[in-house]
Amino acid sequence: MELFMEQFPIVIRSLNVGFLQTLKLFFVTLIGAFPLGLIIAFGSMSRFRPLSYFTRVIVWIFRGTPLMIQLLIIYYFPGLVLHHPIWGGGESGRFFAASVSFILNYACYFSEIYRGGIQGVPVGQEEAGLVLGMTKSQIFFKVTLLQMIKRIVPPMSNEIITLVKDTSLARIIALQEIIWAGQAFMKGSQGISGAIWPLFFTAIYYLVCNGILTLLLGALEKKLNYFR
Amino acid sequence: MPILQVEHICKSFDRTEVLKDINFSLEKGQVVSIIGSSGSGKTTLLRCLNFLERPDKGVIRVNGETLFDDRDPATLSESAIRKKRLHFGLVFQSFHLFPQYTAQKNVMLARELLAKEQPDYKARKKEIQEEIRTQAQELLRQMGLADRMNNYPHQLSGGQCQRVAIARALALQPDILCFDEPTSALDPELTGEVIKVMKELAEQKKTMVIVTHEMAFARDVSDQVIFMDDGCVVERGTPAEVFEYPKEERTRQFLMRYTNG
Repeated sequence: MELFMEQFPIVIRSLNVGFLQTLKLFFVTLIGAFPLGLIIAFGSMSRFRPLSYFTRVIVWIFRGTPLMIQLLIIYYFPGLVLHHPIWGGGESGRFFAASVSFILNYACYFSEIYRGGIQGVPVGQEEAGLVLGMTKSQIFFKVTLLQMIKRIVPPMSNEIITLVKDTSLARIIALQEIIWAGQAFMKGSQGISGAIWPLFFTAIYYLVCNGILTLLLGALEKKLNYFR
Repeated sequence: MPILQVEHICKSFDRTEVLKDINFSLEKGQVVSIIGSSGSGKTTLLRCLNFLERPDKGVIRVNGETLFDDRDPATLSESAIRKKRLHFGLVFQSFHLFPQYTAQKNVMLARELLAKEQPDYKARKKEIQEEIRTQAQELLRQMGLADRMNNYPHQLSGGQCQRVAIARALALQPDILCFDEPTSALDPELTGEVIKVMKELAEQKKTMVIVTHEMAFARDVSDQVIFMDDGCVVERGTPAEVFEYPKEERTRQFLMRYTNG
């Protein structure tokens, strides 16, 4: 017990640092994937066939292969195969590569959610806007967008919560996120070795984080309940 | 000069001919009702007038100005279509109100967006918005919705929604107001309130094109009745001519189904 009390602050400090990296990857992914997903959604709905086929193939690839493999390929392929390392060494290079992988992967998932949301808004809404002399972009921003957001909040909440946990996959390219930080105490770090509880303890971080997100997203869903 | 002239309008979807050489004209302040069974092309004709569909052939003129002519490429450009739509208003069968806005905002939105294109918008912003709000409230009052202005569409009955939709179409002061079966989505006891409002508009000499299944209403309110069948105008005339003394067998059969059923 005494040993545990001694180790606890050290472990917590280390896990906090790791979790900060987890959160950074989480937010960077959201900031990148939200708009990119919308662009991909418009691409896949385009009436210009080559564009819609191209985007659908991209979506197929990113949804059809494990994110872990995508991380490995995106991080190692330029350096090992092309002999042209583009990510740079060290933690910042790994973070950059992980961000790109996560943004691409999640943008593809988001694009399908957006597509469902946009296509779920009745055609009559657009026609009503057209008849009232609105432009296509006015119709999108003033009429369709909020109805689409209302529709996509529940499936988006699912993806966002999954993303919190998926960040742990970046461990595969040695990004120093919270799982990496917890694992370090098994191998030995800061005078602690062979300890498995820090790794188990990381679950609390995910749980608390997702608890907060669930509350926030639930509140958003409720806020949008003022119309039907 | 007629306010609306429709000449030789044809429209096909894939290989199905939906409109076959439609011709009619309308004087300012007149009401024309278009009757006929489902699938006869009535709705498609209205959608062509509102540029939601592009006719394959034909000419559409409003106040002598050619809005559409399949032989004149200058009238076909996408960007010009937006302005041309403003000559027409359209009230849909299932309202299509914007659910996230109150009744009043539904009426105001399109005018607000158009006002932003005025060169003096920035300087007169407050004044213009006040003007738009006053007009919206006035229209809703006219529709008997004075106490419903701040309700959202889902808080309104079908009849109330349709009246908001009529106010929304009127807000842009179109030359011609089109109705696509405005009472067909309503419970029978709610059709009356919408029909009453439309009669008032007819008395105010609003130019209207009404696709409807309400024969009694069409007879009461119209200056002209058009009976369509299978994409053609079968019969055209005053309500007395079409309803009392139909010349065509098809018209007689159609009317019989309505009066007996």
